This record gives sequence, structure tokens and C-alpha cells, in this order.
Amino acid sequence: MRLEIKDLHVHYGKIEAIKGISVIVNEGEIVTLIGANGAGKTTTLKTISGLRKVSSGAIIFDGQDISNVPAHERVDLGISQAPEGRGIFPGMTVLENLEMGKFHRKNRKAEMSEDLDKVYTLFPRLKERVAQAGGTLSGGEQQMLAIGRALMSRPKVLLLDEPSMGLAPQMIANIFRIITEINKTGVTILLVEQNAQQALQRAHRAYILETGNVVKEAKASDLLNDPAVREAYLGTGAHS
Amino acid sequence: MKIRNYWNLRDWGANLWEGANRPKRVAIALGSIFLVGLLPFAGASFLATPIAAYDAVLVYPVGVFVLMALGLNIVVGKSGMLDLGYVAFFAIGAYTMALMGTHTGLNTWEIMPFGIGFAMLAGVLLGLPTLRLRGDYLAIVTLGFGEIVRLVVLNSTWSKGPNGIANIPMPPDIGPLKFKLDDQKVFFWVVVTMILLTIWMIRRLSVRRPGRAWEAIRQDEDAAELMGVPTLKYKIWSFTLGAAVGGAAGVLYASKNLFIAPEMFTLNVSILILSCVVFGGIGNIWGVVVGATILGYLPDRIRFISDARLLVFGTVLVVVMNFRPDGLLPRKKREKAIVKKEVNA
Repeated sequence: MRLEIKDLHVHYGKIEAIKGISVIVNEGEIVTLIGANGAGKTTTLKTISGLRKVSSGAIIFDGQDISNVPAHERVDLGISQAPEGRGIFPGMTVLENLEMGKFHRKNRKAEMSEDLDKVYTLFPRLKERVAQAGGTLSGGEQQMLAIGRALMSRPKVLLLDEPSMGLAPQMIANIFRIITEINKTGVTILLVEQNAQQALQRAHRAYILETGNVVKEAKASDLLNDPAVREAYLGTGAHS
Repeated sequence: MKIRNYWNLRDWGANLWEGANRPKRVAIALGSIFLVGLLPFAGASFLATPIAAYDAVLVYPVGVFVLMALGLNIVVGKSGMLDLGYVAFFAIGAYTMALMGTHTGLNTWEIMPFGIGFAMLAGVLLGLPTLRLRGDYLAIVTLGFGEIVRLVVLNSTWSKGPNGIANIPMPPDIGPLKFKLDDQKVFFWVVVTMILLTIWMIRRLSVRRPGRAWEAIRQDEDAAELMGVPTLKYKIWSFTLGAAVGGAAGVLYASKNLFIAPEMFTLNVSILILSCVVFGGIGNIWGVVVGATILGYLPDRIRFISDARLLVFGTVLVVVMNFRPDGLLPRKKREKAIVKKEVNA
């Protein structure tokens, strides 16, 4: 299993948002894309999950070019995304949200209770809120639900779009701890983040995006110690 | 602590239903159907409509409006797509009945599947290219489609243009039940049967995969796609089922009216049916039934005030929507409430 993006271009109308980026995610890794607003992080993720169309270039997953596979079929292949802004179903209960994560699975009935247990083990809070509507959860709980729901489809690659957005520092640390935990169960993770500090601490490798281009690719620990990167993305002398 | 809200008929009804066991539910259902079936005999009571024949009003507009509103609710209420051209499917059903009825010698029941089929076909043909659009864009396209259908029948020779088609045959008698122009009880019972079938279909689908998929699409289409819901497929299904109900209503309407013309299928009808859905409570079957009943019935009940009746009608709409912005019987807003139902997880 390997996810490879080759010379990807994506357009919004006439505007080119992604200007030929190449990213490789190897099996078992946590790879992070960091960058400022408008760098193209979310667009890249949406293109991998199929919500945006590829203008040119290729997305190769398991040796197969999936550029033209519709989004809902990419879930079958093992690509699952927890969308930006949490994107849960606000009018469905926590349980119904999680069940939706299995919508496409053929033997969903057989797998259901086992996978629900897995999610509840990772996020005990969700179990307490199981009958509560998604829209009534706190921001952190909604993020947990979005990640838990994405896990219900038994993904090979989990795409996470800014899981730290709008969360309290303690909750951010908690979410990132769980991301590492999920990775240890064998799920490859592609993480898009503005919180570069946390992302670089958790990831194996990282790509820095600027206005639709990859400007740097390195081991995450190297970037953490790179003075230029610290200056631009971590704030000078950032410790936390 | 129990807060009783006398305005909240929806919860009152839901509690009554959920509190009942199976034989009780059957009794409630059969009893209500029986009472509704008796409605045409209440012509001498306060329900009577001056000027217009009461039993005819029950069939059209009331019955047909309820049927169409239920069909439109599949599209607008269940899967959240704004369709402003719903009258097109009604027109396709009606013209199928008119043309086949006057040319082929088939009777209403034999033409019904064709009317439904053509409406569904139109739904798929319109849906395939347009359902990739969302929100306002979809509304504009459907609005255009409704007008196109009307303009085609207005300007074609096969549809006799603005003259319309007359001498459409009435449905053949069903055993002892005879269809008559001056006594439309049997028409009413047929409409009620069609309404019940539609409600049954919607309720069955709602608790199964299509219902889940529509609900997900309505709440967040991108997220639904990410869950592996083939959103376009389910949207087309929703659109097509709505079209089927509209087509069925059209067939029945033509066969009851015996004459149809393009002027009966204007944008106004689409807007009025949409008003029924919104007025009653978008997404809630019973709300839609109540809304369409009131909006179908009211203009004829107050027909005696002639010119002022549209003013009164409009005022009622504005006042009610002000006090109950989600409709008379709104669907449950779970986004805002904690769901109490026990869940076995």
C-alpha cells in the first residue's frame, strides 16, 4: 500500500490552486502537509478523496491510478477522510453518524459492533454521547466523531483535514495523541495542519506547501529543528 | 417535568402512536382511513364549500395537492433539493392520459403505468445532467424545465396547443363503484388510496438505505459522498420517485377533469405545491398532508368573498409562517435537541 501523488494540478475555474505537487505516503507512515492559509492543503486532500477533480497529474493508490474513480468508490479502496470543519451530520445521533461511516461496506452488519467498540475504545466520550445529536456536541467531540466515523470504513489511509481547528490546547494534544494511536494500529495517515508544531512532532515526514507548490520535503524531526521553518511556521523560539 | 405545548400536535401524535401496541395502531390507522373516507358525505356541514361542488373540491384541489405535495416532499424535504418545476411531471402525466386516452382506447388504469413511466423517464433525463448542481442553481434549472414542458405543449400540434385536449375518458367503473361527474366520491376514494400508497412507499424507504442516504445528502452532501454514498444516484432516485408521484397525480387529474390545457400547468402550480410543503412542515409526511389539505381547501371554502379571497389566502400564509416558521407540523429538529430515545449500542 502506497499513496503517490504525481505532478498534481487542480483548478477552481480558471484559477490554479495546485500547481504540480508530488507527494508520497508510504504504508504505516504519518505524513503531514503544513502551510499557511491558501497554500492548497485542503484542496490536495479533497482531490485525493475525490471531492475535487484532477486537472492533470495522477493519484496512484496501491499501484492503480484512481484520478477518475468517483469519491464514493474511493472509500471502498480504503481511503477515508475526516472532512475539514468536522463535517459530521448534525441531525443524526452519534451512533447514526458512526453507522453512516459503514454505509458502503458489504458486510456492514457483521462488522458493526466490533468496529463501534474500536471507536468507543479510542473515544470513550463518544460512547457516553451515543444517543445525542451530532450538532449538540462540543467542537472537540465533533472532531472525535468525524475521525471515528472515518475509521468505521476500515481505511488503509486516513485523511485528516485540520483536526486541531478551533479546539482548546488540551483537546488538541488529546486528538494528536489519538492520531498516533490510530497510526500504531496500522492505519496510514495523511494529515493536513496549520498547527505545525503538533503536526511535526507526531509525523514521520512532512511537506511544506506554499501557494500550490511543495517548497520543502523532509523528515518531520529535521523540519522541527530547521531555523527557516521555525521562523516561518513555528514562530521563533516556539516551545509548547 | 413535562412541558405541555398545545401547539405541538406533532409530538402529541408521535406519542400517541409510539405508546400504542400493534392492534391499537391498526385500529388507529383503519379508523382514521375510515373517517377520511367518510369526508365526501360531510357536504352539508360547516365544511361545505359555497359555489364549488364540495366533493369535487375534495378531489381537486385537495386530494391532488396532497398527492403532489407528498411527491415533492421526497425531493425537497427528504433529500433537500429545491425543485421549482414540479408541475412538469404533473403535466407529463396529464398529457399522457389525455393523448393515450383519446387515441388508443386504453383506460385510465392501463394508462397509469405509462404516465408514471414517462414522468420518471423525464425525471431521469432532467436529473442526470442537472443534479450535479446544488441549491439555487438547481432551482433555476428545474424552474426552466417546468416552463419548457408547458411551452412545448402550448406550441405543438399533437397537443392541440392552447386549445387543450377535450373528451378525455373517465376511468372505468370498479365493480359497483361508478365514476360520475356530478358525484365524485369514487374519485376521492381513488385519490385517498393513491395517497396511502405514496405514504406507505415513503415510510418504507425512509427507514431503509435510501432514507439514510437522502438524510445524509440533505445534511452534508460532501460528507455523504465521503461515506461512500453514491450521491448522484440517490439524488436521481429521489427526483424520479417524486416525478412518479407527480405523474400519477397528473393521470388522475386529466381523467377526472376530462379536459386539459397548457394554462393549467403554469409555474404557479409548482409554487403552490411547494407552499403546501413548506406551510405544512417540510420533511414531515403528516405536516405536508395537513398543509396541502388546508391550502387546497381554503380558497374554495372562502370563495364567497370572491376577489378578496386571494388576499385572505395570502394573509393566512403570512400570519401562519410568522408564528410557525417551520410549518404547522415541523419535522423533529434534532440538531438542537438531545435525542431521548434509548439506543442499544
